[in-house]
Amino acid sequence: MSTAYKTVTDIAGPLMMVEGIEGVTYDELCEIELVDGSKRLGKVLDARSDLAVVQMFEDAKGATTEGTKVRFLGRTFEIGVSEDILGRVFSGSGKPIDGGPEIVPEKKLDINGAPINPYSREYPDDFIQTGISTIDVLNTLVRGQKLPLFSGAGLPHNQIAAQLARQMRVLSPEEVEKGKGISDEQRGESDEKFAVIFAAMGVTFEEAQFFQNELEKTGALSRAVLFVNTADNPVVERIATPRLALTVAEYLAYEKDYHVTVLLTDMTNYCEALREVSAARKEVPGRRGYPGYLYTDLATLYERAGRVRGKNGSITQIPILSMPEDDITHPIPDLTAYITEGQIYIDRGLHQKGIYPPIIPMGSLSRLKPKAQGEGKTRADHSGMDAQLTAAYARGVEVRELAVILGESSLSETDKAFLKFAERFENEFIRQGPTENRSIYESLSIGWDLLTEIPREELKRVKDEYIDKYLPKK
Amino acid sequence: MTNQPTIVKVVGPLVVAKGMKHAKMNEVVRVSKEKLVGEVIELHGDEGSIQVYEETAGVGPGEPVELTGATLSVELAPGLLEQFYDGIQRPLKLIEEKAKSQYITRGIEAPGLDRDRKWDFEAIASSGDEVAEGDILGTVQETTLIEHKVMVPPGKGGTLKDIKSGSFTIEDTIATIKVDGKDEDIMMLQKWPIRVPRPTGKKLLPTEPLATGMRVLDTLFPIARGGAGAIPGPFGAGKTVTQQSLAKFADAQVIVYIGCGERGNEMTDVLKEFPELEDPNTGEPLMKRTVLIANTSNMPVAAREASVYTGITIAEYYRDMGYDVALMADSTSRWAEAMREMSGRLQEMPGEEGYPAYLGSRTAGFYERTGACECLGTDERRGSLTAIGAVSPPGGDFSEPVTQNTLRVTKVFWALDAKLTYKRHFPSINWLQSYSLYTEALENFYSKEVAEDFSKNRTRTSEILQQESKLEEIVRLVGTEALSPKEQLTLDVAKMIREDFLFQNALDPVDAYTSIKKQYRMMRAILLFMDTALPVIDQEDFDFLRVQKLIVKEDITKCSFIPEEGMEAEFDKIEDKIRSQMAGLKESGAETKTVSEEPVATA
Ligand SMILES: Nc1ncnc2c1ncn2[C@@H]1O[C@H](COP(=O)(O)OP(=O)(O)OP(=O)(O)O)[C@@H](O)[C@H]1O
Ligand SMILES: [Mg+2]
Repeated sequence: MSTAYKTVTDIAGPLMMVEGIEGVTYDELCEIELVDGSKRLGKVLDARSDLAVVQMFEDAKGATTEGTKVRFLGRTFEIGVSEDILGRVFSGSGKPIDGGPEIVPEKKLDINGAPINPYSREYPDDFIQTGISTIDVLNTLVRGQKLPLFSGAGLPHNQIAAQLARQMRVLSPEEVEKGKGISDEQRGESDEKFAVIFAAMGVTFEEAQFFQNELEKTGALSRAVLFVNTADNPVVERIATPRLALTVAEYLAYEKDYHVTVLLTDMTNYCEALREVSAARKEVPGRRGYPGYLYTDLATLYERAGRVRGKNGSITQIPILSMPEDDITHPIPDLTAYITEGQIYIDRGLHQKGIYPPIIPMGSLSRLKPKAQGEGKTRADHSGMDAQLTAAYARGVEVRELAVILGESSLSETDKAFLKFAERFENEFIRQGPTENRSIYESLSIGWDLLTEIPREELKRVKDEYIDKYLPKK
Repeated sequence: MTNQPTIVKVVGPLVVAKGMKHAKMNEVVRVSKEKLVGEVIELHGDEGSIQVYEETAGVGPGEPVELTGATLSVELAPGLLEQFYDGIQRPLKLIEEKAKSQYITRGIEAPGLDRDRKWDFEAIASSGDEVAEGDILGTVQETTLIEHKVMVPPGKGGTLKDIKSGSFTIEDTIATIKVDGKDEDIMMLQKWPIRVPRPTGKKLLPTEPLATGMRVLDTLFPIARGGAGAIPGPFGAGKTVTQQSLAKFADAQVIVYIGCGERGNEMTDVLKEFPELEDPNTGEPLMKRTVLIANTSNMPVAAREASVYTGITIAEYYRDMGYDVALMADSTSRWAEAMREMSGRLQEMPGEEGYPAYLGSRTAGFYERTGACECLGTDERRGSLTAIGAVSPPGGDFSEPVTQNTLRVTKVFWALDAKLTYKRHFPSINWLQSYSLYTEALENFYSKEVAEDFSKNRTRTSEILQQESKLEEIVRLVGTEALSPKEQLTLDVAKMIREDFLFQNALDPVDAYTSIKKQYRMMRAILLFMDTALPVIDQEDFDFLRVQKLIVKEDITKCSFIPEEGMEAEFDKIEDKIRSQMAGLKESGAETKTVSEEPVATA
């Protein structure tokens, strides 16, 4: 048993100073026992010969300088993992909260992980069908990608995330060959192992419950692991939550061949926690009070997505963040987009029009899409369709703005066509039901149908051969 | 025992040790029982601050620090090309082999260059020669593209006592030089401290462009061989695509590409693509001329700080051989942030936005290492080192310190513009905001090597684009009707310049690269269209739509896809067509033959 130090001299926010210590190391985990006997976890942020600065993962409420005992545990923060972890629910600091037993670990892993060697990575290029047209056709998600949802207060990002978690799957070779989707019943169970890991940080109890219910409803809970830190849980615990989730993801993906989807929500709350610790340490703040190392810190989370050469599993990451005041230049979305491979932009305007899912093509981008679209991946006309729909919709929206100023009657015939296209695009392509699961081929067909609104000579982004093949004759 | 340096404090990548009286600044040290690589960055009496290039979790006070006597250096010899290094020149492939894992674990020692591999060294100098530092002793065919020049190391000039051709490892003695009366064995391997610029002969003013194959760059905002350029832009605006394009097509002999604090997958992409892509000039795989350095965003932040110096030192080494070297750093903002993080941990007085006060001098120091020069040595060979740094300003705001400090020392500014990205105009380089301060210095080259009127055409092109932005202002206020035919033509030609010339898809194999000669012809065709249209639209009651409907406009649109081979003849044809169709418009009644049937959109 290690020494219990009773030499706490200062407590400031989530920080604690312990003096007269020996043999403490950087990032070491410690257990803090308060006077009332309750225990908290903490880690060493600053290790000196005679003093350690400890950051608690839990609330400092009730902590006293006198009587508090600190034990340094000789290891960093670890989580015990085994395949039995599937189907379980944990707190934001990794304690089971589903009434089930502790996990009997196959091994214990440091939650900070280690950087993946860029030489060992495999470039992600497998198409994932999400069943959502705006993602599948225009912002194609790739297995092993990190693609965040940029949202705002009151927007339906949770529904979209839940729909993604439910519907995400790869196409069978048969589907790609025939260029036609087949239903789940016909397809039968795939022999691929997949798992969903969900990390909630500072979300409301209802939100957390919503995800759990969603997973339960579809029977996916047995393949899921949940880490839940709600708004009334300690703020600093959130620093550990995504790391726990990603450590489990890496274990399942690279040691047990699972295709893992990790949902992280809400990254904004995570960043608040970092800011709180940074402020308590009196660090020189970067933009808007966030620490200067926010980029690096976020990167150590987001870069834990991907594929690895010689391993069957993969980690696809879907971080969700609400942009304060819908401001995309705010440091949290800004730095996130500097790290992730694109972003899905949830638009308030579309939402106010009653369109679900309000994913807007402008501002959204999947940077990995070129390698997952087209022949052998989806269908040969895919990338042309993507470019054409995006361009046509952008033009349609421009015309709509023009029409507001000049009146619709002043529009040319071509402009009117684009205007009509934009309306139909929003209502038939973007809009779909929260449980509507469209195959990529259905989505492409809708696209072709919409393109009949536009004069043929304006279809400059799709090749003639595909127009001849797929464009419905009016 | 008292003299053994011992750790007294660990905070992230910063370790403070006591007993450091004998340590030198920038000395490499081994930290803790795990022997993590670190560098001394500050000394106060007995205490020294060390930045550690590996993760420090689990390291604590009381653990030992070992001095090595060496400053942080790179290894220079044959074998650098085709390598994929981390920020402190450890081959990532070797790290994978040693770690037996996809993760970079700690304490892995991996020398930058293979000690066992043998190279065929061919001596050029002979015994008895007087050799000066920088003189070429002999050569090694390092890859199919690059002949490696083995040079007399700086400070080692003297009488060549012995030299032999043959098959050698980089540590074998290949020559003996009598330096100041003392015999010194010379091997191919040299080490050079990364923070010290390698010496050169006379610095020269840049006079040749570094052709990049990107039309907006070469024609409007060219960079010179030996120049320094910055490419700032918000996320997703095209910094990485542009840098990778440069690495593929820039007309340099050696490329050093540094992924500094960016995505792992982007480096994997380069690593996969480059061995398969052909060098447009030689047909050999691009990897044969490339050195890759990756310290991705999740790798230790201190090594990120070192990575740009590791890269530029290797680049200088090839410049010293007399090559034209181009270096890309994506992104220098991450390098600056690494500096900021270390400075914060050292509790230095922060400057603007928390960056250290020396941000400006470090940035200048880095770009100062570029240039065209006479190389060290008596043969008067010339080399050049061009550097292009990506900058990632928070929120896309160019007024922030890293962008501003960079622009102070770089002479080329390629401003990426989110508005253009939004409209999917690629490369999203803003033609009104960007500039090159080399255009004058390069004028001579262009008029001799490309065409007499090249520079004149560039100036005109810029002017048309500037007029467009003014005219657009007017259109916004009062509509197109208020414009004269000449102004309408200007708008039309500007649109052609933007859409048919400046727009370039880096992901399309044909469009991605355009030779400077072809760029000239593309530009000339568009300007010819304007010149021949002017007298036409001047006619009384002339219907401007007739110019807009000319079939030849479609030919101009397709110009970028004309194959390089035989393109001159194709362009001659297009120019003839422009002239004859315009002439047709001057004679009334000729419109049916020259005008396309399809209606023209008026958006
Ligand atoms: N010249 C180009 N041609 C075609 N597509 C381009 C071009 N430039 C950029 N793009 C598109 O824009 C996307 C983003 O470009 P890129 O990755 O270079 O941005 P970035 O400025 O490096 O962003 P970040 O700062 O986040 O790294 C690319 O994935 C590609 O789809
Ligand atoms: Mg980039």
